[in-house]
Amino acid sequence: MRGSALKDRATHRGQTSTADARLFKGSGFRRAQTRARIRGGRQTTGDDILKTFITRGLLASAAITAATSMASAQDCADPIKVGILHSLSGSMAISETTLKDVMLMLIEEQNAKGGLLGCQIEPIVVDPASDWPLFAEKARELLTVENVDVIFGNWTSVSRKSVLPVLEELNGLLFYPVQYEGEESSKNVFYTGAAPNQQAIPAVDYFLEELGVEKFALLGTDYVYPRTTNNILQAYLMDHGISEEDIFVNYTPFGQSDWATIVGDVVKLGEDGKQVGVISTINGDANIGFYKELAAANVSADDIPVVAFSVGEEELSGLDTSNLVGHLAAWNYFMSADTPENADFIEKWHAYIGDDKRVTNDPMEAHYIGFNMWVQAVEAAGTTDVDAVSDAMIGQTFPNLTGTTAEMLPNHHLTKPVLIGEIRADGQFDIISQTEPVPGDAWTDFLPESAVLESDWKDLKCGMYNTETKTCVQMTSNY
Amino acid sequence: MLRILAAFCLALGLVTGAQAQDLQPVLQAHADDITKPSRGTIGTTLDALVDSGLPQVTPFLEAWTDKGIWQREADSVFFYGRAQGADLTLTDIDTGTVTEVPKSGYTELRPNGGVRRVIGTALVQFQLSDPDIARRLSAIDSLARRPDAEQLEPLLASIDGEPDAALKARKIQLANFLSASFAPAPADRIAAIESLSDDTSIEARAVLNQILATTPYVGTAAPDGNVARILTVGDDLSADDAYSRLVAANIAPPAIPSTAIRDALAANIIDGGVGDVPLAQLGTTAARDRAYATLATAGTVPPRLTDQGRADAVASHIFAEIYVEDDPAITDAAHAALSSVETRVAAERFADLALDALSLASIYFLAAIGLAITFGVMGVINMAHGEFIMMGAYTGYVVQQFVPDYTLSIVVALPLAFAITFGAGVTMERLVIRHLYHRPLETLLATFGISIALQQLAKNIFGTQARPLTSPGWLDGALVLSDVVQISYIRIAIFVLALLFLGLILFILKRTRLGLEVRAVTQNPGMAASMGIDPDRINMMTFGLGSGIAGIAGVAIGLYAKVTSEMGADYIVQSFMTVVVGGVGNVWGTLAGATLIGFLQKGIEFLNPSNTLAAQTYMVLFIILFIQFRPKGIVAQKGRAAAD
Amino acid sequence: MTQGFLVTNRSVRWFLFTLALFTAVIAFGSEASGTGIFSTSLVKTLGKTLCLCLIAVAMDVVWGYCGILSLGHFAFFGIGGYAIGMWLMYGRTEGIVMTSLANQTIPPTPQEVSDAIGGQIFGVVGSSEFPLIWSFAHSLPLQLLMVVLVPGLLALVFGWLAFRSRVTGVYLSILTQAMTLALSLYLFQNDSGLRGNNGLSGLQNIPGFEQTSQATISLVFFLASAAALALGYVLFAWVVAGKMGSVIMGIRDNEARVRFLGYRVEGYKLFVFTLTAIVSGIAGALYYPQAGIINPAEIAPIASIYLAVWVAIGGRGRLYGAVIGAALVSLLSSWFTGGGAPDVNLGLYRIQWTDWWLVLLGLSFVCVTLFFPKGIGGLFDYLVRKPS
Repeated sequence: MRGSALKDRATHRGQTSTADARLFKGSGFRRAQTRARIRGGRQTTGDDILKTFITRGLLASAAITAATSMASAQDCADPIKVGILHSLSGSMAISETTLKDVMLMLIEEQNAKGGLLGCQIEPIVVDPASDWPLFAEKARELLTVENVDVIFGNWTSVSRKSVLPVLEELNGLLFYPVQYEGEESSKNVFYTGAAPNQQAIPAVDYFLEELGVEKFALLGTDYVYPRTTNNILQAYLMDHGISEEDIFVNYTPFGQSDWATIVGDVVKLGEDGKQVGVISTINGDANIGFYKELAAANVSADDIPVVAFSVGEEELSGLDTSNLVGHLAAWNYFMSADTPENADFIEKWHAYIGDDKRVTNDPMEAHYIGFNMWVQAVEAAGTTDVDAVSDAMIGQTFPNLTGTTAEMLPNHHLTKPVLIGEIRADGQFDIISQTEPVPGDAWTDFLPESAVLESDWKDLKCGMYNTETKTCVQMTSNY
Repeated sequence: MLRILAAFCLALGLVTGAQAQDLQPVLQAHADDITKPSRGTIGTTLDALVDSGLPQVTPFLEAWTDKGIWQREADSVFFYGRAQGADLTLTDIDTGTVTEVPKSGYTELRPNGGVRRVIGTALVQFQLSDPDIARRLSAIDSLARRPDAEQLEPLLASIDGEPDAALKARKIQLANFLSASFAPAPADRIAAIESLSDDTSIEARAVLNQILATTPYVGTAAPDGNVARILTVGDDLSADDAYSRLVAANIAPPAIPSTAIRDALAANIIDGGVGDVPLAQLGTTAARDRAYATLATAGTVPPRLTDQGRADAVASHIFAEIYVEDDPAITDAAHAALSSVETRVAAERFADLALDALSLASIYFLAAIGLAITFGVMGVINMAHGEFIMMGAYTGYVVQQFVPDYTLSIVVALPLAFAITFGAGVTMERLVIRHLYHRPLETLLATFGISIALQQLAKNIFGTQARPLTSPGWLDGALVLSDVVQISYIRIAIFVLALLFLGLILFILKRTRLGLEVRAVTQNPGMAASMGIDPDRINMMTFGLGSGIAGIAGVAIGLYAKVTSEMGADYIVQSFMTVVVGGVGNVWGTLAGATLIGFLQKGIEFLNPSNTLAAQTYMVLFIILFIQFRPKGIVAQKGRAAAD
Repeated sequence: MTQGFLVTNRSVRWFLFTLALFTAVIAFGSEASGTGIFSTSLVKTLGKTLCLCLIAVAMDVVWGYCGILSLGHFAFFGIGGYAIGMWLMYGRTEGIVMTSLANQTIPPTPQEVSDAIGGQIFGVVGSSEFPLIWSFAHSLPLQLLMVVLVPGLLALVFGWLAFRSRVTGVYLSILTQAMTLALSLYLFQNDSGLRGNNGLSGLQNIPGFEQTSQATISLVFFLASAAALALGYVLFAWVVAGKMGSVIMGIRDNEARVRFLGYRVEGYKLFVFTLTAIVSGIAGALYYPQAGIINPAEIAPIASIYLAVWVAIGGRGRLYGAVIGAALVSLLSSWFTGGGAPDVNLGLYRIQWTDWWLVLLGLSFVCVTLFFPKGIGGLFDYLVRKPS
């Protein structure tokens, strides 16, 4: 805790210098500011938009002619700016602050390697305070006032939907690191988290095939991710011969703490002799009460297994896990993955945050892959121009932390392996199943209206292409 | 399975001969299956292992399920292993030789839950009469999870020799379940089924329900076999469902959806129109149906089913459900037993719901009781009350960081939480509330300011992550009255705590000097002051008491739910409503309010189980209406508090 | 009448003059006017702040003048936002769907059009059917009527029930809080018909003005918000200035006496409550197209409490106080939480305002209630030495 506070301080210092000027767009105000760089340590005198423009143009042409391999640091009048749009206060700060720290760590690491295109990368941290309209406002500021080249951010779907129109209007670039419900593909967003077919469907397959579950309880917090995921799962289960009466769906509000009745209802499902399994999309704090009640009701993983899509190492650190041993979670990454890349990542993370007890989790890996891919794409394109980088992103590959390789697909989703882990007494997961990387599917195949849709930003140049009518339904995305 | 039994007997007979043989070669023959097991394929491997008849098989299987088997990556040899840090203690499977090696180069085998269950079933035979009670228990658990006809005999055989009384009863119960499903003689089955008619456990109901499993029947002739019931279209199933059953049985053609009609029309456009309908007019359903009918007459597309045709198809068939079990005597017995069980279950479920409601009420009461004193008795609106609850919970968390023993830490935390929040309450009263006694609305706003400041302070100190507050071991688990009626001990503890506080507060208010003075100051502060009571001191003490109780409530609520900086905010609105609904100025009122709200919420949840949010919405609406019609609450108060 | 009232009311004239000056400066400096001194996001922020000032003025009338501490006025604000949001969302989606369906070989049936629009809007909650409350969403005039009607009716019914039962003081505050809590809980449900927790989004895109840049749209909304604030201010200033104003303030000071004088206290309260609710609805309808998204979290009880905080800090019982409070606190809030404020280094500890701003706000709030019950507006009075 104390260690992270130290780091926070350092970041806010940098953020302050840029944010002072945010209210005024003209450069005169900014020139007057003495700007302390976060980790670059250099001083810049001004950053005219025009100048940036020219510099970037020069850099691009330099790359094209391949006359210089890399511009030296002195040539770089303006650092490359990376916007970090994660809530640092409010209800989502619990999850998002960690992602901000990971981004700062990755940027620091890249700067130590000599930056990007010869320039230092400057992180611009803003705090949308878990307030969804504020996400849109801050995104606009990042894109128009700070002129960032890329944004890494958001956690909840509703915050992403809030930012989407701004991104599409101003042609920004967002890397979104969290597993989500799919049914979306924007030209301006790269989805580095899992789509439903990369998390939910394989987990259900595991339930059906390996655990022989015949009756499902879909428990979720009442918001878009659980709702859509459960709709998809319901369609999928019915395709696999589970009748509608054997699927129990329940939604609870955020932060639900009274779980006795719901756990009782789930136990009751077993009265016709079928094996019951729980698929949990319960979000955040509410999990604590849920698992405590499960443990109190003596529901062991052998009787009623629970697979969770929103419970990772971070959430378990708030719990005594000894009663939860054997329950499951499905992710694309677990901290316990036994690979050299992962060991290296964890070591760096612990060194950066100054606390050996801090855990790593799936969205952190998503940012790790996303940021490194973006760096590769910028180097390939020779510019940070959004369109050029977007084109270069497709087809990029980067080794993930679980021993396979992630590839960016034309639908702006990644290939990801699906891992199923069993909770251990120490709050970590035993990986008991790992698939080959699964390509992310923006539009699910299990809902009739989505099955005909396809996203392809490479050839079709459309995120919502109807394969039946062979037309692009819309260029902008749904929000 | 019989083969396994035979092999087992063989193994017992040839103990000395088998000793010489090694298990490792058998394992190696199935190495791939053992390293990457799957529920579907593990059966053959298990059979092979058991068939080998080696005595090492049982310990190997047991170790395998407990994640105690490691494999050397170089040559895929299996070992018993125990990891300690970076080191690994390996035991050879056959010779028992122990070696110490570094962990790298070895992988732990992690069979998944499904595989573990299959292994457990295979182990049942070996474990049912094992001298170690833990093994017998695990065998019984496996048996209960995957009942199997083959297991009835060995289970019956093991009952007589069972020394443990509880386990013996459990074995008899399980034998009963197995007999009901699998006994060879129908009379035995019926006897077993009848013995289940007063067993409300989920397992018993599962057995009965499985005996009563049915398959749907569709046909023109009356169904053969053990008919469960004939379904009447309109009453038992809708015409649409009936038709879709016909479609599923391949008796009738599926209905053509509107998209298919559109596609068919689009595929048959000739000269800017379909049939005699021009393209531009196809924007209505009627025109499309007309055009489609033209196409169907011409034979280009399959004809559309008319409503009449559908009705005729449904009317000309019989729909029924047929028992999978052929013997009507058995299904009748099961039916009778199940209906008798279900009557009991319904009653028990009602009792369980009442218990849940009671528990929820006691949580609300505990959260609100401090407020009942500060708001109810003193009339001070304290929006920071929720934050006092939070402070109490964090006190519990901090204590647990220093006192590792959970029981002791709770014993320390409870009074400490009281002391801390008492202090905070007194400070707040002296610094802020004292100056605002005649401006209640401003008290509300000032305490709200304190509330957001405290909440943010907690975030700055403890971070936004939820913190664990672990209950002692003896509060784990639940009081199980039956499979339906059970309540966790922690909720019972909260209930007891709530009762204790009710008693304590009533005692303080009614039986002590302080209580007398509090009541005096509440009723008429001026008169009380002239009688030599110091109203300032009394107000301070009362406020401190209310806050201190909130702190203790915080520890209790943290134990059952979570400790976050926002936990107080979750309870504050509820708590105010509890006090207001119950009637201000009266502890009994708060009790009545909490009870009403708790039972109401559970009642609404019961009516609409899939949407807890709706239940909360309707409850708040009910409270609004309730206050409109009974503005002074359930237990109306007279005196100073009633004046405003 | 109004003219005479303007002549006699110096503070109203001053306020209008300041507002006009401010609006002119911002409009001149906005990107849409070509100068580009102020960024579009700043114009949007200021436009939203003006809307917040408007609801703060309404809150001041209901609380500062009439003595009803309503902790639920943000519910009306939200309803206004939802009402206009439904039209914005429907209109935009209809445009997209019609373009897409025009590519089909066969003209779409009305049912197909409605399904397609519904699928787009309600896809996120797994449905494609239009709930009943969307019946008027296709028509701007009708939805504009809803902006006024729904908050007005809700306030009328709620107020009638509450005032009739003589629910007053703290009870009424808690009751209004329960009202906004119930509404937000209801809207949080996915099957509420208003997209649950997702709320309505993409509201900054105005149907029919797809080609207009956000710079222009933001300026138009800024001007509209300024006009609404000016009108609202004059309206409320007029309401509280006349004889009715005296009765209203009498109710605040001693309800029983006013009743004994023969005034129908409930009627006056109901009038004030409903009128302020309507103005709040209008403020919301102007606010959310600038914010771009509305969702149930916006009308959680905490929002209405903050509203009371603004008014209290600005100074109750003086309309300009509410404006000062709302503008100052909401802008300061976004400055501090956005990391705009410099850290304070205390040597041992470094104060970061993102972490400490709420603590500061909370404590300053306690100080204001304790030591400056008249708020900043009171300070203003003191400086101007206006005879009170």
